[in-house]
Amino acid sequence: MVITKEHIYDILEKVQDPEVPVLSIIDLGVVRDVVLAEEGVEIIITPTYTGCPAMDMIEVGIKSTLQDHGVEKVKITTVLSPAWTTDWLSESGKEKLRGYGIAPPQGAAKSKRALFSEESGIICPQCNSTNTEMISQFGSTACKAQYKCLDCEEPFDYFKCH
Amino acid sequence: MANHLHDFLIHLGDNALILGHRLSELTSHGPVLEQDMAMTNIALDLVGQTRNIFQVAAKLQGNGATEDSIAYTRDATSYKNILLVEQKNGDFAKTVLRQFFYDAFNYHAYQRLLKSSNKDIAAIAEKAIKEITYHLKWSAEWVIRLGDGTEESNSRINAAIDDLWPYTEEMFKFTDYELACHDEGIFPDIHGIKAEWDEEVKNIFAEATLTVPEDGWMHDGGKRGVHSEHLGFLLAEMQFLQRAYPGQQW
Repeated sequence: MVITKEHIYDILEKVQDPEVPVLSIIDLGVVRDVVLAEEGVEIIITPTYTGCPAMDMIEVGIKSTLQDHGVEKVKITTVLSPAWTTDWLSESGKEKLRGYGIAPPQGAAKSKRALFSEESGIICPQCNSTNTEMISQFGSTACKAQYKCLDCEEPFDYFKCH
Repeated sequence: MANHLHDFLIHLGDNALILGHRLSELTSHGPVLEQDMAMTNIALDLVGQTRNIFQVAAKLQGNGATEDSIAYTRDATSYKNILLVEQKNGDFAKTVLRQFFYDAFNYHAYQRLLKSSNKDIAAIAEKAIKEITYHLKWSAEWVIRLGDGTEESNSRINAAIDDLWPYTEEMFKFTDYELACHDEGIFPDIHGIKAEWDEEVKNIFAEATLTVPEDGWMHDGGKRGVHSEHLGFLLAEMQFLQRAYPGQQW
């Protein structure tokens, strides 16, 4: 069997993000490139957040999933630049997040240096209201902020622009 | 090993590691759930940044050094963090103010490291600056909230200012290794940081109805390995496992 890049990408679609298992690492934009060489396959990945504890599990997931599909020689290289951004989240990934109850990032990542500037008008994944407010910019994982909906009064996670 | 780049990496990493460890002490002890999670998130970012920095330092050092050997097998006198970050958490006002002083410095320092002539440092900064921006926003908001809050919160943050102000000048008292890195473009425009930090503190304090203190006697020494009594206790806890069971892994 001749291994192609497309073939590897198809297999990597099966590797889930351990913290948001509805997303594959392809949806997440963590896989930056696949390099085929005689010595094996090199997968180039980038972390979402520097301290993200999921990265080690993602590496294990990549290796074991590729091996399950007969790709034995796998090298994983982590790069920091260009830095990961939610702009790399795929459209299907955003849909999957919404279906999972997490509001996907709205708009493009930009500098949020301005004091007290919040991302407003975030759409509640339960009732689709935009009458929502931020509780905290830090949530249950590094990539999420906590919001609440002022209409249905449910709290929800927002996958923040980064 | 005498090498200004290596010393600088250790200094950068130690700042993040020690403050990250201090914040991690508050995990599950925060004043309210949301702020407990915020401090834990910031701790996680800082320890993550430390790992990136120490990986570069370990490569430079060679001889089998790893990020873990650098973090867990050095004694206090080899640590090059500023004294500010090793100060105890105290009450929430002190934790917040320590964070704000550091974040305001770090934000403007890492803006410069983005343009570092060292590609590894520039890449780390590109990643870290996004996180540091969140940290500064959080700590600045809390300084305002506590300063311009109740009589109690105002008196607490004023007490924190009295405690911590003498540790602020050390950030701008540059060591030989920082100056050598500056000369090589590794840490560009080092002398512009203080004015930006002063401006940041002045603006936030004004909004918080707080007064920027006059400069008096200032502590320093941490960057050269001369630490306050607090660091030894911190390291004793942080390094315990690797000291008792060398090389142990999860």
